Amino acid sequence: MKRYFDYYTSMMKLSVLEQWQYPVANYFYMIGMIAEPVIYMVVWSAVANQQGGMVGGYTPGTFAAYYIVWTLVRQMNIAFTPYGWEWRIREGRLSTTLLRPIHPLHEDVAFFAGWKVVMIILWIPLAFALSLIFKPELNPTLLEGMVFFVAIWMAYLIRTITLSLLGMVTFWTTRVSALFELYFAAELILSGRLVPLSLMPTWVQELAWFFPFRWAFGYPIEVLVGQMSMNELFIGLGMQLAWILFGGIVVNLIWKVAIRRFSAVGG
Amino acid sequence: MPSVISISKLAKHYQVPEREAGLKAAAMGLIKRRYKNVKAVDEISFDIQPGEVVGFLGPNGAGKTTTLKMLSGLLHPTSGSTSVLGYEPAKRSHDFLRQITLVMGNRNQLSWDLPALDSFDLQRAIYSIPRDDFKRTRDEFIELLEVGDLVQKPVRNLSLGERMKMEIIGALLHKPKILFLDEPTLGLDVTMQKRIRTFVAEYNKRYGATVLLTSHYMADVEALCKRVVVIHHGKLLFDGDLSKLVEKFSAFKTVGFTANGSSADWSQYGDVVSVEGGRVTLRVPKEKTSAVTSRLLNELAVDDLTVETAPIEDVIESVFSVGKDIVE
Repeated sequence: MKRYFDYYTSMMKLSVLEQWQYPVANYFYMIGMIAEPVIYMVVWSAVANQQGGMVGGYTPGTFAAYYIVWTLVRQMNIAFTPYGWEWRIREGRLSTTLLRPIHPLHEDVAFFAGWKVVMIILWIPLAFALSLIFKPELNPTLLEGMVFFVAIWMAYLIRTITLSLLGMVTFWTTRVSALFELYFAAELILSGRLVPLSLMPTWVQELAWFFPFRWAFGYPIEVLVGQMSMNELFIGLGMQLAWILFGGIVVNLIWKVAIRRFSAVGG
Repeated sequence: MPSVISISKLAKHYQVPEREAGLKAAAMGLIKRRYKNVKAVDEISFDIQPGEVVGFLGPNGAGKTTTLKMLSGLLHPTSGSTSVLGYEPAKRSHDFLRQITLVMGNRNQLSWDLPALDSFDLQRAIYSIPRDDFKRTRDEFIELLEVGDLVQKPVRNLSLGERMKMEIIGALLHKPKILFLDEPTLGLDVTMQKRIRTFVAEYNKRYGATVLLTSHYMADVEALCKRVVVIHHGKLLFDGDLSKLVEKFSAFKTVGFTANGSSADWSQYGDVVSVEGGRVTLRVPKEKTSAVTSRLLNELAVDDLTVETAPIEDVIESVFSVGKDIVE
């Protein structure tokens, strides 16, 4: 355990140091990412105003809260993508990682965890500016705040696991980008990324329960913004934990088969 | 003494898709794919004793790197058995990985934007090296490779040779017992090659490590390896002392002398390589060397007669050019 703690802190430190080399580039990257929720926020606030100040229980103020928290959750669930997996497998770059006495997934989790530290620091002034402009209605309790803190890290793990599973398809297909686009479309609808899930048809909401997307995106936002009962808060954490355990087992099983196919070309 | 590396009938085959050029062939390939079975490594066997430095030679595509990748656990063999330090490499147990390293000329384990010292610290955490040990080893290697003024510069600002030195330090911080070195001096200038050779020799001496080295630079092999293993088209061609390889495959010797005013038809003694300022260089079949030198000394007034074995590059080339049937 001590070994993993040392590894994670060292890798996170390295990642922080790397990201600080290019703070301006990171800032522009983040501003680019924030454009998406700002568009959603403006559109849905306009719709709410036209509907007499509320749509599906959301006012312009709660929409603002939803999408500002969205920006933080989006930063938190950035993980090593299938494009990255495709690159590291096709180019043989996985070799370097495979020679180390630690599972490659730890490297991905630790590196992006360190990255988030930098991104959150950069996010704070942007969130402050968005709050001044859009005036969010956000009054979380201490419990909701604590559950949110745990939930965003679990969301990160779920997304890392699902994207890694997708990325490992490259061991068989050499290319996985097209599959990632399909995943991305499903995530947009079933996660609460496009619109809060409570505004979606009932069948979409029910379907979302059985996929990891909601637990990696919408749920943490709802914890802080929505009016969830204590029961719903902990059921959500339970679902996240279940996905992490289930996903972890599946990743492990697939990894054992997949790695036999690695041809280490070029590296 | 038990072997630290032992491979028996090791093979790696690949199914490689192939087709003719052009649109028609590409369209047909969608319906029916044609595959070719490529034997990258074809049932090779050898053993290496602790502390040995062995040169692993072969032309491009001979199967050297594939073999090293199987020995380091990156690739699963198609058949045959492999044992490194008593472990089966393909299982990639953490205890095994802690005791080996694979250095490739094109490998990049260092963070590009940061000084190498930061990447070294990550290596410490990966291999759970106690901090005191780590600092001692790191400083020892920095001194040996004379890179004290470079370790604080971002890696992207270093030259190829300087980066390679950093890669080697990073790869050896955990003091591995087995070193697989795949073209470690690739693309480096002569001075840098020599520095890395000296370092590898020193590491082998200090820590008793076993080294399996591939290199296209024969100077690396001559300086470091007493024994060489030669493969070609995935098959083992030779396994033994470098001196025996030279003896066996050096078909010619180079005879040089100063003509001392004498003039003759030099071609009657052997192939004339050069005649420069009275100095004549001939290429003579090995078995005729004694007869030719006797004739030169008896028939002409020659000075400074020298007989040299052909350069190692020529010897290796002749090994690759002969067939398996005439190689033991």
